[in-house]
Amino acid sequence: MDAEVFRTWIVAAAEVIEASRDHLTQLDAAIGDADHGINLSRGFTAVLAALRSATPGTPGAILTLTGKTLISKVGGASGPLYGMAFRRAGHALGDSADADLPALAAALEAALAAVQQLGAAREGDKTMVDALAPATRAFSKAVAEGAARDDALAALAQAAAAGADATVPMQAVKGRASYLGPRSVGHQDPGAASTALILGALAAAGRDGAPRAPR
Amino acid sequence: MKKLINSPGSVVTDALAGLAAAHPSLAVDIENKVIARAGGPRSGKVGLVSGGGSGHEPLHGGFVGHGMLDAACAGEIFTSPVPDQMLAATKAVDGGAGVLHVVKNYTGDVLNFQLAAELAGDEGLEVVPVVVNDDVAVQDSLYTAGRRGTGATVFVEKIAGALAEQGPGSGAGLAAVAAVAREVNERSRSFGIALSPCTIPAAGKPTFELGDAEVELGIGIHGEPGRTRAALASAAELAATALDAIRSDMPVDGDLLVMVNGMGATPLIELYLLYNEVRKYLEGHGGHIARNLVGNYVTSLEMAGFSVTVCRLTGTLARLWDAPVDTPALRWGR
Repeated sequence: MDAEVFRTWIVAAAEVIEASRDHLTQLDAAIGDADHGINLSRGFTAVLAALRSATPGTPGAILTLTGKTLISKVGGASGPLYGMAFRRAGHALGDSADADLPALAAALEAALAAVQQLGAAREGDKTMVDALAPATRAFSKAVAEGAARDDALAALAQAAAAGADATVPMQAVKGRASYLGPRSVGHQDPGAASTALILGALAAAGRDGAPRAPR
Repeated sequence: MKKLINSPGSVVTDALAGLAAAHPSLAVDIENKVIARAGGPRSGKVGLVSGGGSGHEPLHGGFVGHGMLDAACAGEIFTSPVPDQMLAATKAVDGGAGVLHVVKNYTGDVLNFQLAAELAGDEGLEVVPVVVNDDVAVQDSLYTAGRRGTGATVFVEKIAGALAEQGPGSGAGLAAVAAVAREVNERSRSFGIALSPCTIPAAGKPTFELGDAEVELGIGIHGEPGRTRAALASAAELAATALDAIRSDMPVDGDLLVMVNGMGATPLIELYLLYNEVRKYLEGHGGHIARNLVGNYVTSLEMAGFSVTVCRLTGTLARLWDAPVDTPALRWGR
């Protein structure tokens, strides 16, 4: 997958975040402080501007710039967490012009490690890790078993969505929802929801023959 | 939504422009959303930087000035500032004696200040963070992100700021300033109760619904719901609810510094009425309010309600509390 695939992913992620801005904010209002959609929308708008003006030419450079911009523009917990995830994924891809499936799997593993290190969250804590970890696992497994590109990406998106759904009955242990104790049960975690949207955008952009985002 | 704003997207920068216009003693960088003392750093003085989401005014920008903070970073409403702002503030106040970061314990604030401290370290600056976590409404356990930082932040910023102001040669080095900041935090506890929610301008809707005869117990300062909902009760009963929670975690006898803080939309007449209930309760439990603050200091936009913060004073802490301070929101002795 070349730089155009990765640019298309980030453009599609920005679009789906913008379209889901109010939904994500409503999820956050129930168990947090009602700003997740607002903050991510502001961050990805800045990412699109940065990609237009800097025109990074490799998959790694695109993800690194995305992460750097999110750290600088989002704030809250999601800025550092998403920012470091994209940055570490970008660094993992290095400066090669093309990322194959094992390289993308390694980049996703690096992103997951960054989030877990910074946020100290584990699976089951009702955070973005509950979408990112199973998705990364499903993708790595599919790639190791020699799955076709489209099948591996579909496994990624499905596991992310299922992981986000599975946060509904959980009681939050990390992040602002943890202050609610048992009252956090019954609501989807907004960070897991946005992670599923962003990984869904990756699966769509990476599909064999998927159209490229217009410049 | 009914608010005195020009547009939801420009609330923070428009307000900073007003703060700058009203207070020439402040140097306000509106683009980076950094509020600093005019005149730059004092050589050899430990710098104090705090910051957090906006919507808690006068926290933190209103506490920048002589005897308190050197700079504050303003985030979007209820959203932590970003590391770039914190780095800019840290560099702007460094007088060569290091910089203390006063961080309220929220995942976002802690992460962004952590990244900023790493960036500052890369540039050769010495930074020590102190995390404020005084809110007893949150169980401090493995199963939460830890207690929130609320009212005690004002005490930490005032008392650590007073020590830092003593400057070079007084023994007020970075380690000593950080130690007194931690001591204040460890000796302070808070609890908040809301009568109404608040509306974030960009969201346009209240953060939760509360019936006419209901209160939300154990709220934070971001319009987030509390731990439980209860029936509205008298001021004496609500004061007792808050202080029972504090007293179950820390003794309240001896000399105390007490803040009865309005959440933004609570009239001062009710805060004074509450203060008297707080005083009676504490005196009934062996406490003596040696110093107090009554007013709006750590707010949550236009939320109605109050929080109580109790700090167990020592002689040194009382002297540092009494030291001169000259900021937009706290001013005495100078």
